[in-house]
Amino acid sequence: MGNYLNLNEYQLSALSEIGNIGAGNAAAALADFMADTIMMSVPELQIIDVNSMANILGGPENEMVGILVTMNCDVRGMLLFLLEKEFVCLLLNVLLSKDINEFADISEMDLSVIMEIGNVLAGSYVSAIATMTDLDIRLSTPQVAIDMVGAILNYPAAYFGVMDDNLLFIEENFLSEENTIRSHLLIMPEPDSLSLIFESLGMSL
Amino acid sequence: MGISDQKVAGPPDTLTTYALGSCVCICLYDRLRRIGGLAHILLPEAFGDVSGKNVYKFADTAIEELVRGMIKQGCAHLHLTAKIAGGANMFVSEGKSIGDRNIETVTQELQRLKIRIVAQDIGANYGRTAVFNTQDGSLTVKTLGRGNKVI
Repeated sequence: MGNYLNLNEYQLSALSEIGNIGAGNAAAALADFMADTIMMSVPELQIIDVNSMANILGGPENEMVGILVTMNCDVRGMLLFLLEKEFVCLLLNVLLSKDINEFADISEMDLSVIMEIGNVLAGSYVSAIATMTDLDIRLSTPQVAIDMVGAILNYPAAYFGVMDDNLLFIEENFLSEENTIRSHLLIMPEPDSLSLIFESLGMSL
Repeated sequence: MGISDQKVAGPPDTLTTYALGSCVCICLYDRLRRIGGLAHILLPEAFGDVSGKNVYKFADTAIEELVRGMIKQGCAHLHLTAKIAGGANMFVSEGKSIGDRNIETVTQELQRLKIRIVAQDIGANYGRTAVFNTQDGSLTVKTLGRGNKVI
């Protein structure tokens, strides 16, 4: 093991299912926050190399918010949420009754709110994995970077680059009453942890 | 140019690599021949057997490869100078960060190859786009919200 491209159809659909449940949890959590109905499209699972990844996210220089959370305990690895500017501004505007349109207007206080949102989102996905597999997963406190998406992606690329040139990620659309906003989530378990997840689901590698 | 890639070119070409985070770009220049080479590395070391690995990905294999490519284009090893950019820490990590380790290995490797670093823009916690002009060997470093500079 050590290459996401070796995964079979069943394993991929198991990962999609984790994405589905996680996304459902995340949408419910966000709806609590936002007091608004947030619907989600069916998440799409993709395995892609890091250069192409930056391109589908609007090009390497596209400014995005990256929220990084690391997983520890039974499952090790990381989750990286990559959020479009519109999504982050919308969240902050609704939650804090502000009128932010540019990243430059984001304050320290706003950043900590973004981190908290990251916490909630990460918890949503991780509890999906934990419930399905009965494994113990602990999350670190989130870190935020607002910068070129290509530069943000260097972090997981370097972390996993020793093993693989490809990244596993889930893309989904959050739909609120007025807006459709794409959100992207990279779920990156270490290869050993991925094996363990499949083992717990009764589909060994 | 993407991650784990490298290229050699001459005027009027510019070599551009976007959004360096912890990655480092190494720009070598032969002022007499006016030939420039850019390597974009992801990791410091290839560790052991490099067969089947992309040698452009690692500092300890990519720089030597770039020098070889430039000599093939008529450059003299003696005339080569280096400018480097990148090696940021986009997130705080436990232990020594990958950006710092990349910078360290790139610096050691250039020292080993006896190539002087004449300018650098490294470290900190933000992304950089590097545009290397083979006409005069200047390196323009662009950032989001932190201005651009020519080194």
